[in-house]
Amino acid sequence: MNLHAVKAIYRFEMARTFRTITQSIASPVLSTSLYFVVFGSAIGSRMGDIGGVSYGAFIIPGLIMLSLLNESISNASFGIYMPKWAGTIFELLSAPVSFIEVVLGYVGAAATKSVMLGVLILVTARFFVPYQIEHPVWMLGFLVLTALTFSLFGFIIGLWADDFQKLQVIPLMVVTPLTFLGGAFYSIDMLPPFWQRVTLFNPVVYLISGFRWSFYGIADVDVATSAFATLGFLALCLVAVWWIFRTGYKLRS
Amino acid sequence: MPPIISVRNLDKVYASGFHALRDVSLDIRRGEILALLGPNGAGKTTLISIICGIVRASSGTVTVDGHDIVRDYRAARAKIGLVPQELSTDTFEKVWATLRFSRGLFGKAPDPAHLEKVLRELSLWDKRDSKIMTLSGGMKRRVLIAKALAHEPSILFLDEPTAGVDVELRHDMWRMVRRLRDEGATIILTTHYIEEAEEMADRIGVIAKGELVVVEDKATLMRKLGRKQLTLSLREPLERVPDVLADQPLELAQDGHALVYTFDTQTEETGIAALLKRLAEQGIDFKDLHSSESSLEDIFVGLVHGKPQQAAA
Ligand SMILES: Nc1ncnc2c1ncn2[C@@H]1O[C@H](COP(=O)(O)OP(=O)(O)OP(=O)(O)O)[C@@H](O)[C@H]1O
Ligand SMILES: [Mg+2]
Repeated sequence: MNLHAVKAIYRFEMARTFRTITQSIASPVLSTSLYFVVFGSAIGSRMGDIGGVSYGAFIIPGLIMLSLLNESISNASFGIYMPKWAGTIFELLSAPVSFIEVVLGYVGAAATKSVMLGVLILVTARFFVPYQIEHPVWMLGFLVLTALTFSLFGFIIGLWADDFQKLQVIPLMVVTPLTFLGGAFYSIDMLPPFWQRVTLFNPVVYLISGFRWSFYGIADVDVATSAFATLGFLALCLVAVWWIFRTGYKLRS
Repeated sequence: MPPIISVRNLDKVYASGFHALRDVSLDIRRGEILALLGPNGAGKTTLISIICGIVRASSGTVTVDGHDIVRDYRAARAKIGLVPQELSTDTFEKVWATLRFSRGLFGKAPDPAHLEKVLRELSLWDKRDSKIMTLSGGMKRRVLIAKALAHEPSILFLDEPTAGVDVELRHDMWRMVRRLRDEGATIILTTHYIEEAEEMADRIGVIAKGELVVVEDKATLMRKLGRKQLTLSLREPLERVPDVLADQPLELAQDGHALVYTFDTQTEETGIAALLKRLAEQGIDFKDLHSSESSLEDIFVGLVHGKPQQAAA
């Protein structure tokens, strides 16, 4: 493996992050904080507890996941779409690297950025809402796994998109609805039975449920199921990237 | 010595159905400067892109220093530096950062001293901390060259390196290319400036409509296809070439004010002495004469229009 290449890509991408720090870190942290103010402090005080957890604390894991998904996808898709759009991708295509180095570099950087963001939001939340973390190792595990998986997913979108509209369409039309309906703001047993069953087809439910369990020990679905669902999606994305590089799909004419 | 790059029966049909390369075979010699000439759309960039791994061949094989570009792509690509035709740069990055990136990407450990040398040679050292978007077009092209040299490649592809580059810079670039060659690198360049190929190349390849029409030592090509012309400015204009001289390769020019005699540079006997004698016999007087040698450009035009023999006639 070409470790120098992994390092070069990773450094390059991280430098891009810090150059655009307002847009890539500060603004998602700020907008998530607004949710804490509105739902946690203002509205939350008038809502009942869910599973023995105050509403303000209940929504924290879901909100972090929401940012994590959106930012992972947008960072990673943008990171690989830009060189395609600017034409600088020629260098990557002519370099002695396989999909492994490329994925480690680009997806690794995007995931790092997301994890940093997640931790920052978690720290910020502390100022507005009291919460505890029962299983910190699991919490970190879910955080990293989700960041990786959705960065990889974003990377695939970036490879697939050949215009800016395609770059936006999946996050807007698919991911955002799924995250809002994924139980960030409610527990799924608050839904009518039919919708409870439909919801189980939404992969985001598993992420949020597992992540929330690591905080408060309450979950909509079994934790092991959550972990396996996430790992399964990660594996699926890996196969997709491998296939794209193998066949040259949308990369090499 | 075996060729450093060996291209065998290369064919490329793009997804659009366009047949961009047809059965191209080419050996590139270690340490030479090879110029690829050909009109727009001939397939030069396609050929280079296949060798560098950016475009996939439809059929045929390429080996780089013995390494197959598909099976053994890591070893093959590590040896190559590519300066693309398009000015694609990381607009928002600083020069130094992009160079470091390129070197790492090609698997080399950081070496600031080497990068400094490259930047100095391309007169970019002062610009190392500038964002690329603040550079002029000619500087951006030099940044691309610097990036291609960052990993010390032994083979350098320059796809129209001097397009949009001023005269002084072009000469700097030629000097640099020659020095790289003297240090042992192999250089393949494409250009639309015939004088550039004439000045730089050891060998010249001509591509037209996806086919490699000819690859020859520059001197041989010139000798083989070159021709000379003798132009006589006449005192009295002629309406047509006199019948008695019809066996001669003569043409009238400038409304009959000049007579042009074309001859092959390869033959010992040019026939000029005999011609002049016969003209005198016919009472055709001239006030001036000059001879000219066909340039590579004439040869090139002849080849591309599929009439190589005529170019040599
Ligand atoms: N991705 C592509 N899909 C379809 N056709 C293509 C593609 N890339 C190039 N072509 C076609 O292949 C032909 C050869 O293109 P190429 O870029 O290799 O020419 P070239 O010799 O480099 O020309 P120029 O001197 O203009 O740079 C052209 O007709 C071009 O339109
Ligand atoms: Mg070209």
